[in-house]
Amino acid sequence: MRKRISAGAVVWLVFAAVFFLLPLFSTLLFSLKSNQTGNCCTLEGYGLIVHDGQFWKTLRVSFVLSLETIVVSLLLLIPTVYWVHLKLPRLRPVISFLALIPFVVPPIVLVVGLFEVFKDSPDWFYAKPYGFLVGAYVILAFPYVYFSLDAGFRSIDVHTLTEASQNLGATWPTTLVRVILPNVRVAALAGAFLTLAIVMGEYTIASLAQFNTFPIYIQYINETKSFPAAAVTLMSFGITWAAMLALLIVGRERPFQVGGAR
Amino acid sequence: MAYVELQGLRREFADVVALDGISLSLEEGEFVSFLGPSGCGKTTALRLVAGFDRPDAGRIVVDGKDMTRVPPNRRNMGMVFQAYSLFPNMTAERNIGFGLKIRGITGERRAQKIAELLELVGLERAAKRYPHQLSGGMQQRVALARALAIEPRVLLLDEPLSALDAKVRVQLREEIRRIQTRLGITTIYVTHDQEEALSISDRVAVLSQGHIEQIGTPSEIYGAPSTPFVAEFVGTMNRLEATVLDGERGEVDHGGVRLTVDAARGRRRGERVLVLVRPELLELSANGAGGENTLTGEVLTHTFLGPVTRLKVLGKDTELIADVSTAQSEALPVGVHVTARVPSTGTRLLTLESKEPGQDGQ
Repeated sequence: MRKRISAGAVVWLVFAAVFFLLPLFSTLLFSLKSNQTGNCCTLEGYGLIVHDGQFWKTLRVSFVLSLETIVVSLLLLIPTVYWVHLKLPRLRPVISFLALIPFVVPPIVLVVGLFEVFKDSPDWFYAKPYGFLVGAYVILAFPYVYFSLDAGFRSIDVHTLTEASQNLGATWPTTLVRVILPNVRVAALAGAFLTLAIVMGEYTIASLAQFNTFPIYIQYINETKSFPAAAVTLMSFGITWAAMLALLIVGRERPFQVGGAR
Repeated sequence: MAYVELQGLRREFADVVALDGISLSLEEGEFVSFLGPSGCGKTTALRLVAGFDRPDAGRIVVDGKDMTRVPPNRRNMGMVFQAYSLFPNMTAERNIGFGLKIRGITGERRAQKIAELLELVGLERAAKRYPHQLSGGMQQRVALARALAIEPRVLLLDEPLSALDAKVRVQLREEIRRIQTRLGITTIYVTHDQEEALSISDRVAVLSQGHIEQIGTPSEIYGAPSTPFVAEFVGTMNRLEATVLDGERGEVDHGGVRLTVDAARGRRRGERVLVLVRPELLELSANGAGGENTLTGEVLTHTFLGPVTRLKVLGKDTELIADVSTAQSEALPVGVHVTARVPSTGTRLLTLESKEPGQDGQ
């Protein structure tokens, strides 16, 4: 029997939809106005953005930064979380606490601290976004990647799977790559896409460290061109949503489930 | 020469002695069960054999080679775990082929081996299914096939049936025994289920508090327990505290009743002993009048067990348990006074508070 949705629930649903969609709709309308006349509706703003070399350049910088951050974070955290779950479960609360620190420390403090820490590092790291910023972004992404992976590892029987794999002759790396990783893939993807969303939108650290990334570009457009600014905002929003959608699709595609019997 | 030897294995966790120097030898192709209650050290012993843990003292020798310090991935021992351990990301056939792939066996040879094993465990049609699409029993069959795929030197089974329902458990344990006999693979089976251990093993090692209480064939363990613990743990046993009256004639005194038991012959007069009688050996009759070698009491409860009914009888100083045929039990309703005849043969005798295995068995 189909469950009836109560009138109260519908009211709340409509209210929530309006709350979230109205600003987006207003931004969309604003982005469709002509930069010259201020009249609706034209794709002039979008055209201006996509024909701007800086848009593509900064978008590429931020995207590469995202990928680099994802790779470094996963390489660091997957073996760490695996080992903590397998051999050092007492350390879990400690790492969970450490993972909360990026939420507590303001970005300005983080940047000043990182400047101090990395001041003697070579130029290819200190003066380049792909070095310095990745270092900062790995710290920013730490809680998101850690808690995603932690949930993933908690959903599988790490001990039994590891022992079963070793019993069949697998080494530690083989066990990690062939048995453990495929079973925490969705958790790793969740962490990866959250990282993507964070890095694609991170403004403060990039601005303070004076690197020209995509959010810096959005801010520049915002200050100089009002209607294209709305267009670029929506495009940035679209990129983030596309990443989330990709996560959903990948999550649904998996043919297996973790744990239990039929 | 023994094929597998556990020599004085000792393992401590903090201040708990999990294994207190156990020693055991298995012949090639033998099926030995480790039986005992939770915390007796049986799984610890199995994990030491598998290599997942290292002993504090002692050695594990397989086929003449010391395996004590060999890592688990180089021991070539197949293991079936208590928890569902199939790799969730792999189908049944890929699970079975995992160990073969690690060993570099590929293509036709691997496919053929997988097909043989699937047939052996009766799951030819489930080859392409993922673990979550299989029932618990099917998952454990696949786990068994996976363990056998690598042609292990020793097969280790850690309570593989404990998560399954009763009917599947019986079916699968018979299948495990059939496969083990067919392949002639040396097997160590850990269980807390005495029926399981007694029904499929060549020998059973009963463990308690980190040491082996008794090792023997199932009939020895059941029929001739050598310690009070084994007598208590394996099957149901009536325990009658008694004092030896006449060691020559085998007479003991139990609460003022003189009983003659063959096992008491040769005992010292005045020795405190425990007379052990299986419930199925007690003969109940409804008159309650007493007689030679009998105890009297009143029927307290009936427990229907199918072909037999278990009666609890409250005697003068003791509570007796007797198994009678269900048909006979109808003549012995609750509340009736009965006579329980203790057979002079078939009963066991242990010196009271005996701890040493094998010391007191007759």
